[in-house]
Amino acid sequence: MTLWQILILASIACFALKLTGYVIPPALLTRPTPARVANLLTVALLAGLIAVQTLGQGQSLVLDARVPAILAAAGLYALKVPFIVVVAVAALVAAGIRLVT
Amino acid sequence: MTPTPETSGAARASLAVGLATAAYGISFGALATAAGLDVWQTCFLSLVMFTGGSQFALVGVIASGGVAAGPSAIASAALLGSRNVIYALRMSPVVGSGWMKRIAAAHLTIDESVAVSTAQSTPAAQRIGFWLTGLLVFVGWNLTTLVGALIGNLIGDVSAYGLDAAAAAAFLGLLWPRLKHLQAQAVAVVAAVAAALLTPVVAPGVPVIVAATVAVVFGLTDWLGPRTTRDTEGAPLA
Repeated sequence: MTLWQILILASIACFALKLTGYVIPPALLTRPTPARVANLLTVALLAGLIAVQTLGQGQSLVLDARVPAILAAAGLYALKVPFIVVVAVAALVAAGIRLVT
Repeated sequence: MTPTPETSGAARASLAVGLATAAYGISFGALATAAGLDVWQTCFLSLVMFTGGSQFALVGVIASGGVAAGPSAIASAALLGSRNVIYALRMSPVVGSGWMKRIAAAHLTIDESVAVSTAQSTPAAQRIGFWLTGLLVFVGWNLTTLVGALIGNLIGDVSAYGLDAAAAAAFLGLLWPRLKHLQAQAVAVVAAVAAALLTPVVAPGVPVIVAATVAVVFGLTDWLGPRTTRDTEGAPLA
């Protein structure tokens, strides 16, 4: 599979999902359980991605400069600092630690 | 259409949300190029996929597993895009009939357009909120994606600059507003632990997919659901 094929297939899947909601009868999915599963899927996937992105190094787990960076990011989000600032600070914290170690 | 206080309010909300969201595009563009996409591929995602969470997820999986993790990357993007089905169902009566209109609406069905629309009180304001927010975010998101991709290309080596930590921080920013209830917090913790523990055991990209099953288990059983929380707090049930 080439990178382009991955991008195109994933884009088709995402558009098909959006279109589905305009095609199927509303009664099918407005019930609480499917809506709850869809909302929690978003939470679970994002949390899983954070864990892998923070601790994963190929197929091993490592504790490195990314850990303090993500902790700093969590603290800033709790203080309601804007997204773009937090992302930049996280990058700076990790880069700074790598520079001195 | 004659402006009313409701429709002008919807227009103002659309503008504010459109500008705020555009900022995310810079980080997406930079992270996508850091993951190995070229500028065209990065812009293709923002133009054609156009659903931020799925775009970040796809790029995140490619960054850790490369092209070999393609199937997992596609599955992650699709699973994260599944909430758009629910959004589209909610927007269906707002958008109304007509095939071309519904296809255009499907493309613009994202967190922001739906959030602004559902916050409006009149049908006219809901329509304006949906279309205007969708269009403004589309334009802003694509412009800033290009800027981010060009910056990402310029600064080069990822880990030396901390862009991998920036990716994790970006995911955390998308997750943060969704953690208001105990159920969501529990799902996040269990999913994160599961994904980390599985990383050494299964192929790259797969841990995140398995973590998604945590949501299915909690969602189907409604374990620790908001209703239970209200009960224990003694507040009246709606």
